[in-house]
Amino acid sequence: MNAAKVRQKLAFGVLGIVTLAVIVPIVLTILYVITNGISAVSWEFVSQAPRNGMRAGGILPAIIGTVVLVIGTLLFSLPLGVLSAIYLVEYARDTWFTRLMKLSVVNLSGIPSIVYGLFGFTLFVVFLHLGTSILAGCLTLAIMSLPVIITATKEALEAVPASYREISLSLGATHWQTVRHCVLPYAIPGILTGTVLSLSRAAGETAPILFTVAAFYLPRLPRSVFDQVMALPYHLYVISTQVPNMPLAISFATGLVLIALVFLMNLVSIVLRAHFRKRQQW
Amino acid sequence: MHRRTSEIVIESAIKLSGVLVIVFVFLIFLFLLKDALALFRVYPVGRFLFGRNWLPISEPPQFGMVPLFLGSLYVTIGAILICVPVGVATALFIGEVAPRSLKQVLKSLVEILASIPSVVLGFIGIVWLGPFLRSTLHLTTGMCGLTGSLLLAFMALPTIISISEDALNSVPRTYREAAFGLGATQWQTLWRIILPSASSGIMAAVMLGIGRVIGETMVAMMVTGNAPVIPQSLLQPLRTLTATMAGEMGETVGGSEHYFALFAVGLVLFVITFVINLVADIFLRRARR
Repeated sequence: MNAAKVRQKLAFGVLGIVTLAVIVPIVLTILYVITNGISAVSWEFVSQAPRNGMRAGGILPAIIGTVVLVIGTLLFSLPLGVLSAIYLVEYARDTWFTRLMKLSVVNLSGIPSIVYGLFGFTLFVVFLHLGTSILAGCLTLAIMSLPVIITATKEALEAVPASYREISLSLGATHWQTVRHCVLPYAIPGILTGTVLSLSRAAGETAPILFTVAAFYLPRLPRSVFDQVMALPYHLYVISTQVPNMPLAISFATGLVLIALVFLMNLVSIVLRAHFRKRQQW
Repeated sequence: MHRRTSEIVIESAIKLSGVLVIVFVFLIFLFLLKDALALFRVYPVGRFLFGRNWLPISEPPQFGMVPLFLGSLYVTIGAILICVPVGVATALFIGEVAPRSLKQVLKSLVEILASIPSVVLGFIGIVWLGPFLRSTLHLTTGMCGLTGSLLLAFMALPTIISISEDALNSVPRTYREAAFGLGATQWQTLWRIILPSASSGIMAAVMLGIGRVIGETMVAMMVTGNAPVIPQSLLQPLRTLTATMAGEMGETVGGSEHYFALFAVGLVLFVITFVINLVADIFLRRARR
């Protein structure tokens, strides 16, 4: 074996070890949460309100709260995200306005989550008088989710072959008819995948909801969009930093439920992608 | 005729959505600016930017952001020093060395890491990593900059790995074939040809990783010790820009100097991440060419 071969073996070995040093902690992190949390997860835990200063009982209000926030976020961010991506791919010409819009998407995706939280507080809660409410929280999370949805939709639309559009237009269809019937249907899988992914992120976020919607302790379920709600990530933050003598098993179990929820959403996105890919026609 | 009207409506909605995206960025900037300017009317900008003390509830209050900025800087540098080499090496292994079957497994695991909510990692920092570092390094407290750097490095890995891997993949096949044709080994090709050709994309990955770390809030707030003092080392408790906003906002009175000072911190962070993302975008664009 010559020197170059030896060097290659050595280098690949190092790369392998480094990769192992990344992968092992990921697996251990998941196992750590599961093994410490699983004993406290029960039907009561996911179906009851917290009791005894959150040191006992379940986390139902926090689960409901997170689900409500995710659905509300979807209602705002999906139409807005998809329409603006359609604009970018199908309508926009290369003008200063289009460039500004692309720059805005890049910028939105980089804004730290706590800055979204501050912005949501000053605009929705204070300036628009929505109060600390589901509405204010969902709007904040929706703006935060926009760049992911726009980028995913944009990629999905761009992947549709140009010939589809040309044929449709040549048959006398209008611009919108072409987009609606010959482009959008083929982009749906990509759009769905991106949307679910962005929502799973929104479900796990804490900073944007700190001052816009999250309640420290609110055992009853929300009645209107102007109510506050508890949310899983914020609940985990609260019980792991602000509640003295918190039984660790409950904190772990809360983390486990949160991770399970987020993984479930990711799984849905993977299944959707696989399902549609089978039917893809080009 | 009916079709025409509905078409006009939907096309207007499409254009309006496009406009709204731009409007949001401006709104975020304007609302941060509005409240930051309210601070600067009563508190000099210079003392905010270069003041060495962050004492918001002393009398008179001091809002010098230097300790917070240095806190963010220390934690970010620590995290980047760890996650850039590790992330790029992992991307090389996944993209170029690992057999196809292993590749998919590794990629899925990295995606799993990307989806773990930051508050869960912060919690693990509190119950395990912090105490572990305290006892192994004999620190006075495990809630310090290093704990934050390690967890933030972990969190930034998926960003760096996936973007670096894209960059490696987009190097033209012909480069590889030419190198092999000249008798180079796989590693020589990788090290001398592929990696330099992918450097723009890797730089973009690094920039986006920095943006991710500097903007991360929950981990920074939960594990770095919340001490707004000028840090001497990563082994001390410190406080980042993000943790200050998240931690103090709930305690301020709306319209007070302290309240406005937190928005001024937000404005600074907004500008920092804006520049970082702009640079990353420029690198990405160069990589695509």
